[in-house]
Amino acid sequence: MRIRLNGKEVVLPDGATVDDLVRHYGLDGEPVAIERNGQIVDREAFAGEVLAEGDVIEMARFVGGG
Amino acid sequence: MTDFAFEHRYSRQIRFRHLGAEGQARISRARVAVVGLGALGTASASQLARAGVGYLRLIDRDVVEPSNLQRQLLYTEDDARLAKPKAIAARDALAAANSDIEVEAVVDDLDAANAEQLLADVDVVIDGSDNFEVRYLINEVAVKHNLPWAYAGAVEAHGTSAFLRPGHTPCLVCLIGYGARVGHDTCDTVGVIAPIVQWMASFQVAEVLKFLAGREDALSDAILQADLWHTDVRLIRMGQPKPDCPCCARREFVALGAGRRALSVTFCGRQTIQVRPQHDASLSLDALAARLRPLGHVRASDALLRFETGDVALTVFPNGRALVHGTDDPARARALYAQYIGM
Repeated sequence: MRIRLNGKEVVLPDGATVDDLVRHYGLDGEPVAIERNGQIVDREAFAGEVLAEGDVIEMARFVGGG
Repeated sequence: MTDFAFEHRYSRQIRFRHLGAEGQARISRARVAVVGLGALGTASASQLARAGVGYLRLIDRDVVEPSNLQRQLLYTEDDARLAKPKAIAARDALAAANSDIEVEAVVDDLDAANAEQLLADVDVVIDGSDNFEVRYLINEVAVKHNLPWAYAGAVEAHGTSAFLRPGHTPCLVCLIGYGARVGHDTCDTVGVIAPIVQWMASFQVAEVLKFLAGREDALSDAILQADLWHTDVRLIRMGQPKPDCPCCARREFVALGAGRRALSVTFCGRQTIQVRPQHDASLSLDALAARLRPLGHVRASDALLRFETGDVALTVFPNGRALVHGTDDPARARALYAQYIGM
């Protein structure tokens, strides 16, 4: 399936979850906020949130340094 | 004659049609705390002081070092030579830039014991810190006392910022849970360039000025994420607070509680929470192993004891410190500690 992640088209295997996406980018365990089609996804729901063709995902890393 | 009169000094801000004289008057009456005076904190404190924010409280425990000068614009080589406390050096620099306002320097770490005292009496808190332990504390004081606060972080050439208002936007815990682990990238490990820090601080201050001027209608209610090296900018709408958020809905203030409770908790990463008694204990691991054996699987050595039961495990050290694996919920970690180790 194809989704848009932070404005860029990304191809993912069918059945991929938000958690898979986060892991794919090496961000599991990192403070990230995910918006799926305009809605913030609960952190606890990442593993159960199955992505669908055409989803628009925004992924924001909460950066530590200052 | 040099004219520092209010209307003249702030004329460009007053002339800005979205602020005007009323907006400036509100800004001049406002009180803001800046937590951390590194690159972010000095950038935002400088803009706030020059904008005429009436009272600034600058909180930082560190001293100025030569490696700060590349991006922390309030400091000089003399400050680094003298190893001046950042809060003092920043206060002196800002007093020279604007003698109209009051600037208080606090040379201390923000922690659970002093956070409410240092933050609850201001209108807005600016996060200039470099770690999530402090940010969770700021978030809790903000929720508890209904204060907005401006998060920002930056490393390398990328950064993230958001203005969080209790009751209106998600809080930090709504957005990222307690998932911020130790061991993420820091300015010390991967470096940082000044432009990204200035940008993130500018976004913080823009949102704070809107709020202080009474222009909540103009707030972005979005997370700004920017990468200046790859020239990528994203704005992510924050939506509503989570109805079941442990912090802003259930009002469990675990970070603040750490200062007064017998057991303090820190987040050690995904599904692991450290629980530590206020005073070091002297546990007999043999005796503990004997108590726990009927309740689950136990392995013990002189150095540590590992206890597994159901979906959780505890690693216990003789001084009473324990790692609770299998939960991100501090209240559950405390409860498990109390349940199996006792307190």
